[in-house]
Amino acid sequence: MTMIGWGQSLLTLTLVFACAFPLGRYVARVMSGDRSVLSPVLRPVEHGLYVLAGVNPTRGMGWRGYALALLMLNAAHFLLLYAMLRLQYWLPFNPQGFAGMSPRLALNTAMSFVTNTNWQAYAGESAASNGAQMFGLTVHNFLSAATGIAAAAAISRAFAAGNVQALGNFWADLVRATLYILLPLTLVVSVALLAMGVPETLAASAEATTLEGAKQVIALGPVAFQEAIKLLGTNGGGFFNANSAHPFENPTALSNLLENLSLLLIPFSLAIAFGHWVNDRKQGVALLCVMALLLLAFASAAYAAEAAGNPLLHALGVAGGNMEGKEVRFGIAASSLFAASTTATSTGAVIAMHDSLTPLGGLVCLFLMQLGEVVPGGDGSGLYGMLVFALLAVFVAGLMVGRTPEYLGKKVQAREVKLAMLAVLVLPLSILGGTAISLVTASGLGSLSNAGPHGLSQMLYAWTSATANNGSAFAGLSADTDLLDYGLALAMFLGRFAFLVPVLALAGSLAAKPKLPTGAGTFPTHGPLFVGLLIGVILILGGLQFLPALSLGPIAEHFAMLAGKTF
Amino acid sequence: MAQDAEAIRLFDGRILRRATADSFVKLNPVSLMRNPVIFVTEIVALLVAVLGARNLVSGEPAAFALAIAAGLWLTVLFATFAEAVAEGRGRARAESLRRARSDAMAKVLLRPDDRALFKPTPASTLERGELVLVEAGDLIPSDGEVVEGVASVNESAVTGESAPVIREAGGDRSAVTGGTLVVSDWLVVRITAEPGSTFLDRMIGLVEGASRRKTPNEIALDILLAGLTIIFLIAVVTLVGLARYSGTVLGVPVLCALLVTLIPTTIGGLLSAIGIAGMDRLVRFNVVATSGRAVEAAGDVDTLLLDKTGTITFGNRMAAGLYPVPGIEERSLAEAAVLASLGDGTPEGRSILAYVRDRHGIAPDEPDDARTVPFSANTRLSGLDAGGRAWRKGAVDSVLALTGGAAPAAFTAAADRIARSGGTPLAVAVDGQLFGAIELKDIVKPGIRERFAALRRMGIRTVMITGDNPVTAAAIASEAGVDDFLAQATPQDKLGYIRRVQAEGRLVAMCGDGTNDAPALAQADVGVAMQSGTQAAREAGNMVDLDSDPTKLIEVAEIGKQLLITRGSLTTFSIANDVSKYFAILPAIFVATYPELQALNVMHLTSPQSAILSAVIFNAFIIVALVPLALRGVRFAPMGAAQLLRRNLLIYGLGGLVAPFAGIKLIDVILTALGFA
Repeated sequence: MTMIGWGQSLLTLTLVFACAFPLGRYVARVMSGDRSVLSPVLRPVEHGLYVLAGVNPTRGMGWRGYALALLMLNAAHFLLLYAMLRLQYWLPFNPQGFAGMSPRLALNTAMSFVTNTNWQAYAGESAASNGAQMFGLTVHNFLSAATGIAAAAAISRAFAAGNVQALGNFWADLVRATLYILLPLTLVVSVALLAMGVPETLAASAEATTLEGAKQVIALGPVAFQEAIKLLGTNGGGFFNANSAHPFENPTALSNLLENLSLLLIPFSLAIAFGHWVNDRKQGVALLCVMALLLLAFASAAYAAEAAGNPLLHALGVAGGNMEGKEVRFGIAASSLFAASTTATSTGAVIAMHDSLTPLGGLVCLFLMQLGEVVPGGDGSGLYGMLVFALLAVFVAGLMVGRTPEYLGKKVQAREVKLAMLAVLVLPLSILGGTAISLVTASGLGSLSNAGPHGLSQMLYAWTSATANNGSAFAGLSADTDLLDYGLALAMFLGRFAFLVPVLALAGSLAAKPKLPTGAGTFPTHGPLFVGLLIGVILILGGLQFLPALSLGPIAEHFAMLAGKTF
Repeated sequence: MAQDAEAIRLFDGRILRRATADSFVKLNPVSLMRNPVIFVTEIVALLVAVLGARNLVSGEPAAFALAIAAGLWLTVLFATFAEAVAEGRGRARAESLRRARSDAMAKVLLRPDDRALFKPTPASTLERGELVLVEAGDLIPSDGEVVEGVASVNESAVTGESAPVIREAGGDRSAVTGGTLVVSDWLVVRITAEPGSTFLDRMIGLVEGASRRKTPNEIALDILLAGLTIIFLIAVVTLVGLARYSGTVLGVPVLCALLVTLIPTTIGGLLSAIGIAGMDRLVRFNVVATSGRAVEAAGDVDTLLLDKTGTITFGNRMAAGLYPVPGIEERSLAEAAVLASLGDGTPEGRSILAYVRDRHGIAPDEPDDARTVPFSANTRLSGLDAGGRAWRKGAVDSVLALTGGAAPAAFTAAADRIARSGGTPLAVAVDGQLFGAIELKDIVKPGIRERFAALRRMGIRTVMITGDNPVTAAAIASEAGVDDFLAQATPQDKLGYIRRVQAEGRLVAMCGDGTNDAPALAQADVGVAMQSGTQAAREAGNMVDLDSDPTKLIEVAEIGKQLLITRGSLTTFSIANDVSKYFAILPAIFVATYPELQALNVMHLTSPQSAILSAVIFNAFIIVALVPLALRGVRFAPMGAAQLLRRNLLIYGLGGLVAPFAGIKLIDVILTALGFA
């Protein structure tokens, strides 16, 4: 570990927090329909859209209506994207003449982009046309992120008021999240990336002559815009297969700083926005602290593990940290921070091969996803996931102050506990269930490219990444098989919607409750005590269940490595 | 009963013997199904026992499986034992009540107006609405309302208080309780309870835990525990596949051991004991709740409505100051006040004597030829004549009429100030000359201000209810340190106030005794009716205070809080325990495939077998170890939520994280020493 390495990482995180506070306030305002700096330009567009769609943005929806609108929209888009991927050969903007995807792959890919996962069982530049990338995938990068932000706003409103039925209007939330938050930020970031050398063109490829005189065809495309929303929307689906490690996606250390910042920005801002929504900023800051402390701890652990390197290689005379699978222009510190950030948010973009991380580095990535993507998690999904944990923390420990537990004046009772547990159950069911099934079937075992504990980690990573809607992968796993295409599509579906629907029901239940006044007898949910408690609950309730699986994967691999054993 | 209650020790030999037997009866899976965590444990224990027995028969190694099965069965037994002990304590308390339940013949009147004509009927078959005659020496056969007669009744069977109380038709003392004894005279009582559901029956049911229903918080907690059980079930079942890939075949006993140590058996096993014990603590305070729900609500209460008289103040006016007119020494006024009050037997008069004795050291010394002048409605004065002199005291205007002159300005000012601050000024005159004023006021009970301050720290607002005018009420309110008051309160005002506060989202507790309190008692979230009150009030409230002491409302709230805190603390402890068990069991079960994982064996447990066994045994014994805490409740001191949380999180959260590491290691050392490792 080096001072420069720490400096880089701390600079990135400091910038994130510095931006999160003003952006959070802005997000809270625009999602409430209040005026903002962009209103003069965007108000007419927004209203035009409402008129076109016949939507009355002030009509409140109960949780059922809200969930129905959200599910129907996502279902329609899923079908549309599926059709687009299947039919891309006949659709415009296909200069490379790519054939349509197979039904299996198209289903997996469509599910992947609708659920904000961006698991890529295909290589972008050799399987998806420019048209499919721009109009199919990039559109869903916006849509899935906006869906998450809308749901987060809906549950936040449930805490803000008492005795109400409506959670807001889904269509208005979706339009505002896209128009006021995602689009402007994407424009700013993509222009900055353009300036740093990221291409944005409709040309298929460029031809170059290498130093040896050989001809080389370099794939090009509308990269910068997709790169920006890929990170801001915590999507992660790269234009190129090498993702953000590709020089055209992420050319310099500076662009890498911007990209790392972009992927953390909105999830952290939403914690601050939460404080504004519930009219108690300290609550938002407390959630941000929980997210930040956990991210910091895990990112440091990853950095330490990567910098320590592999003793087996040291014995062979290769000194230094683990550079396998890393870009030299980024180095160990930036790669470790990016790996932690991309798995802590549900982004899944990579600048280094996670498969080549040290066992403990890989463990950090796995564990951050298994916590349910809450530190800080995906756009919106991070906040609502965190709120589920906050409710559970308040319920477990809240009794200790001698009152029926309440969070922000809302009593946490049987119905809330039931819905929160239903949501939380999805993670072990899909991650551990899927991994176990894959590891005892021939089809699953055939996908592995490693034996021993690392093979287990590869499979565990795939199911974890899909369920947590992350999308990053331990490369080397052959994911385009019947079992994994269909199975992971199901995992992505469960991880997104089997979590979201109970959360919206929870929001409905909370909204209908009276908002109790707080007093000296109220459980305090800001301040260091609650931050520590929530961290403990996330680690014990959210993480501990995965310890047996992890001990057979990365933990066993780590100790085997120390013992000089290979597989 | 109060005396009996105190006498039950935490571990009474008889209760323990009975509980041990009961804990086996409670193994019946049908009844255990109410408790999902322990139910799962029992199924798993059965499975391992069957497997162990099969191995034993077929001659395969069975010792380890049987040892684990024993550990798992102990876990289940300790859980049922905890519940049985709690119920046993309740039952012991109920026995003294049951003795009072009358099986005697009741005298049912055939005609309401003829006390001579009655039909002997077994008390247990009395129907609601029947009229019974109860005479001196009879037990009152069932709950009812006195419709005729006056009698003194010994209610010690219910209240523990042996001094008889008066029960009479009409008014606020008309309710009688079945099982109490008429000591003198007779009563005609209209039965108000259905057979088998008298107050005494309900009390017996409640303290025994027989009619216990899960409270809302318990239901929510059960869901959490069931959810955790499912999560760990998934983790353990899928581990079979993961382990198979890794080259380890996990035996069923080992998997079962892992499952049971991870699911929250500690809180699952103690949950119902905590609930029963909470009810029991209330009963020990001589308060009976009609449901566990009410006890829980008492912990949630954040507004207490307290009657001024009897709760905040002593209820009668007492001397609190002397104000002589200019030219008269304070000591002369004091002497005059004493003489004027010598013949006054009212509490006010006695309080003047006491005040002067305490403040001025003047003992009452009656002149030889003294003649008491009693209070008359005509003059509105009282006093003493002796040796040709006349001492008088009375209302200010009456005394001024006697002295005939205009009062000095200083006197008028003093009298006004006394009246404004909520007191009553009395004037004193000697031989027609005005000496000064005595301040009488309603004295706030000592220490009550501090108690209200403690309540405020706990987040509970106190509201004083009084019939006084707003000026008087405000004065007393500020002296007692209540947060709010309701002056000139009618029953409708009380009801309105409760509704208003509830609309703000607050939970209200109040106590009352009269029939006109009934609507407010019913509206309040916790309504404590006085045992001495009317039947209507007792029906409307959800608790009855057998001592009829309105200050108890404060203790009731504390007991409710203590119940919730105990439940939360043990839940936190139970969940925090899991961390250590992973470290004990995981390296042990994978030792064959990945010996390197021994690095996780931070406790340095001797062998895989002893590690797994130690975790199982710790998991079982921690339940028994915590039974006393579950029954007694965690220590409670009135403090703010933030402080409480910090303290309990430190003790039960951090303690729950660390304690099992030590406990498991200790058991492992013992197992090793005994040669089981």
